[in-house]
Amino acid sequence: MASNGSGGAATVSRDVVGDLSHDDLRRLYETMVLARQLDERMWLLNRSGRAPFVISVQGHEAAQVGMGFALDPSKDWLFPYYRDLALVLHFGHTPRDAMLSLLSRAAEPNSGGRQMPGHYGSREHHFYTVSSPVGSQIAQAPGFALAAKMRGEDTVVVTSIGEGGTSQGDFHEGLNWASIHKLGVIFFVQNNHYAISVPMDMEMAVKTVAERAAAYGMPGVRVDGADAVEVYLAAREAVARARRGDGPTLFEAVMNRMTPHSSDDDDRFYRSREEVQSYKQRDPLVITRQRLLDLGALDDAHEAEILARVKAAVNDATDYAEQAPLPDPSEAFKHVYAEEGRTV
Amino acid sequence: MATKLLIEAIREGLHQEMAHDERVMVLGEDVGQRGGVFRVTDGLLAEFGHMRVIDAPLAESSIIGVAIGAAANGMLPVAEIQFLDFIHPAMNQIMNEAAKTRYRSGGDFECPIVIRAPYGGGIHGALYHSQSLEALFTHIPGLKVVAPVDPYDAKGLLSTAIHDPDPVLFLEHKRAYRAVRADVPDERYTVPLGKARIVREGSDMTIISYGWYLQEVVQAVDRYTQEQQATIEVIDLRSLRPLDTTTILESVMKTGKVIIVHEANKFGGLGGEIAATIAEEAFGYLDGPIVRVASPEVPAMPYSPPLEKAYLITADDIRLAIDRLAAY
Amino acid sequence: MSSTKQGTTITMPKLGESVTEGTLGAWLKQVGDTVEKYEPLVEVVTDKVTAEIPAPISGTIVAIVGDEGATIPVGGTICVIDEGGEAATTDPSAPTQTAVDTEPAVATLTERIPPDQLAPSVSAMSSGDLTHARANRDEREMLRIRSSPIVRRLAEEHEIDLSTIGGAGLGGRVTKADILAEIERRRQQPAAYAAPPVAPLPPLVQPPVAPPVPFAAPQFAAPQVELWPGDEVVDASIMRRQIAEHMVRSVQTAPHVTVWMEVDMTNVVAVRNRHKEEFARREGFGLTYFPFLVRVVTNALREHPNVNAVWDNGRIIRRKAVNIGVAVALEEGLIVPVIANADEKNVVGIARAVHDLAERARTNRLSADEVHGGTFTLNNPGTLGSLFSTPIIVQPQSAILSMEAIVKRVVVVDDAIAIRPMMNLSLSIDHRLLDGLAATRFLATVKRGLETYPTDASIY
Repeated sequence: MASNGSGGAATVSRDVVGDLSHDDLRRLYETMVLARQLDERMWLLNRSGRAPFVISVQGHEAAQVGMGFALDPSKDWLFPYYRDLALVLHFGHTPRDAMLSLLSRAAEPNSGGRQMPGHYGSREHHFYTVSSPVGSQIAQAPGFALAAKMRGEDTVVVTSIGEGGTSQGDFHEGLNWASIHKLGVIFFVQNNHYAISVPMDMEMAVKTVAERAAAYGMPGVRVDGADAVEVYLAAREAVARARRGDGPTLFEAVMNRMTPHSSDDDDRFYRSREEVQSYKQRDPLVITRQRLLDLGALDDAHEAEILARVKAAVNDATDYAEQAPLPDPSEAFKHVYAEEGRTV
Repeated sequence: MATKLLIEAIREGLHQEMAHDERVMVLGEDVGQRGGVFRVTDGLLAEFGHMRVIDAPLAESSIIGVAIGAAANGMLPVAEIQFLDFIHPAMNQIMNEAAKTRYRSGGDFECPIVIRAPYGGGIHGALYHSQSLEALFTHIPGLKVVAPVDPYDAKGLLSTAIHDPDPVLFLEHKRAYRAVRADVPDERYTVPLGKARIVREGSDMTIISYGWYLQEVVQAVDRYTQEQQATIEVIDLRSLRPLDTTTILESVMKTGKVIIVHEANKFGGLGGEIAATIAEEAFGYLDGPIVRVASPEVPAMPYSPPLEKAYLITADDIRLAIDRLAAY
Repeated sequence: MSSTKQGTTITMPKLGESVTEGTLGAWLKQVGDTVEKYEPLVEVVTDKVTAEIPAPISGTIVAIVGDEGATIPVGGTICVIDEGGEAATTDPSAPTQTAVDTEPAVATLTERIPPDQLAPSVSAMSSGDLTHARANRDEREMLRIRSSPIVRRLAEEHEIDLSTIGGAGLGGRVTKADILAEIERRRQQPAAYAAPPVAPLPPLVQPPVAPPVPFAAPQFAAPQVELWPGDEVVDASIMRRQIAEHMVRSVQTAPHVTVWMEVDMTNVVAVRNRHKEEFARREGFGLTYFPFLVRVVTNALREHPNVNAVWDNGRIIRRKAVNIGVAVALEEGLIVPVIANADEKNVVGIARAVHDLAERARTNRLSADEVHGGTFTLNNPGTLGSLFSTPIIVQPQSAILSMEAIVKRVVVVDDAIAIRPMMNLSLSIDHRLLDGLAATRFLATVKRGLETYPTDASIY
């Protein structure tokens, strides 16, 4: 359920679906299912010793795809973070790309095998290269939007971060820049209540991230991140605001992280199995599916079709990536600097 | 062509580059309305407007972060860090982000930013307005670092740095801003990165230096060659990474004796890297140990005049090192 | 995984670096169930987590080996799956060992060194050993301590015993200036020193940048060239700089004079034509005129020992060996590999050596030894059309011969007009040691050797 952040957040109604047709809604749902099943396959490969590292999107699918559908991937840009699998799938990352990256193959498009999985990057598909230090992208996204503004373009830049990352200095600095210069940036905080093991009440004194928006003179919005339609409707307003030059939004989507932080984390140290089980009630796939059923946009036949297509895509991607060659060792030494003598 | 101060040459370079290419933009604290605390960016706001000359909030990390983001979207940002001593909050953006953009994206993204920063001491700046930190940055592959002190070099290297597709740290010695002058062409021109300049030719000893202390070296060397039968070759590195090892090695192979002089602290300073390279690649030509003359192992330059003086290196200190090595 | 007549055996995978076995948890499939590739088969319990083993292939479970609670070693059988009607061959779509498993095991440094080799070097270093070693340092060691790398090298090159010269450096050290002065002194009075047997110079371990020969050459300051807008500044390659340096040094050291003679190549052409097809068939490359010239030149050098010699400040060193340098043109410059003892080879031997050296020169596979020790150099600009040239001597030699293009010309033979294949030879000499007379005599010998080359000669 959406709530108002202080500073004039949007009120969302359950009966309006913005600019999305039923077909669009089904595509939205399919992207969520694809993200989930790719993610589950990655864990399977990790648990059977075939992939060293997984960092998961499970629990975040609705928020990401809901946000994605409010954007125009042909002109807008993402400065994502490592958990944004569903969002980058919407922007053109393919299932094969995801598996190539998981298995660090030569053809993996993010980095040629130089980075761990989850470090997305594609100029062609409009998402900036991800690094590991948390929050650095928040100070960079306003720069991208600033350049667009200088050229009179209405590019919207969405930059993602967890609620933990909002503690970083770069979060404050990025929001500050965007609000001073009224830049078209949506600061997309995916609040899953845990920064690895540190719960939200040890991460900040305020109860919501959205209320911090007032300190920057920008609107703060808080939505139920498990319902993709809710997220989409709220994001649509933030995108419209950015596009007409009215500046940034601090956009908080609330959800659960259904897996440990990554395959290197053991969440039994800091949360109970009952708590993790309870997340199933708020599984975004279940909630969004119900929403689509209520809207008459989904039926059993559609769903069967979607599941079959997704399953085939995931299997194809896995097989493809497992056969694909690893990078040549000489690649370790390339792309440190531009070619000798090149200028821009 | 006219005689210009270092600061005038840099200012002129910035004006001309911004006029020549509308992708060039400047951002930093006080760079706009005030024209920069040293007046390097004086006049840019009036000429190019507030979209291209931006007074940034007091936050170094995002000055670089925003520059990186703008560069990703087609601009050629020239970010200013008001004093190199204040660059530390931006280390993550410089070392983890800018330096690694090309490598981590397999060449899909690049980061053609310039970071300008006044550095160095001897102007009663004390601990936090005098630091020389170039060794921290030359250590990171993916970054380029230049430190021209001659006005001709500075204007030419600035033009090259702005059009270099990789991030360049452009260090300006603040003591030299209004104390060093040279003939500088009025039009745009470039000086290549990675090339040192031979300031004095000689065959009995080589001295390698850069920054303000190059003046002290030249002073010591000119006095020495007047008094002695020997001649000393002086190299101004200008470019710290990439380093012109060819010029360095050719000189050492000719003279057999070498001193490296820099203002940064000796331990872990660039002199160590140069000395190791010489020892590895020209060992058979050495006629004496490789000597480094550098600042003492003290956290930074102190304030009170006798304390600052104790920290500074003069032409006399350099002469002492020359005499000892010559006698070896 | 392996095949039996029932089906494909599924084994316990390696779930972690140090894992050697796994304990089976609950079976998620039973005998008779069909399973799809990637569907979980059974839980495996480790101390960290309960994992699920996915089916590597699709099929029907025909056998389960191991109940819940059984501990199976890595690689041990856990069940058998029948893929249904297909021959029991390896499934091409079955996942091969992925990146994680196919990583070559990179041993740590200590693992690579066998333990018995590690220990002794450490245990042998007792303090007793060190003092003993110090006391045993001999005179040679003391000198080594006193002298720097450049001084030691110059001493070796010029066969100077450091203990015989005084040092003006710190603590009596022999400095570079001291040894250079000594070298100069010995040059002025050669008779005072027993001329040591001239051994070939040991090849230096080359640093990446070319070493200039350490001698008191006049320093020339290269003029600073003014840059104009639009100029392209290209950094010369190391090879280019080396060549530039060598050429300057050569012309500054040796006063060059070039003499030309023309040669009627009729006989050589005839011999080559007679042999060329069989040669190409046997050797796999073409027979040129060059090896014939080399053959004739090596004979001529034996008749004119001063041409196979070098000037050394008042001494003429006549080389016993005849090592022919062959100039090879490369895109980025040139290089002169050497055919050692060319006078021992016949035409085929020379042809093979030239072909091999040129090939390896172009693919950058020559060793440092192979470009040293030449006593005379041959150049072949004629293949590119040159008619006359003024080649520069490769130091330290005293002459260089260029073979120019062979062109059919109208000439007068026995007072009648004839058409003959004519070729010029361009010989540059070091005028310190050779005069015009010596040059023309040598050329005349070569000319005669070529013009009277027996047409029935064998090339073997």
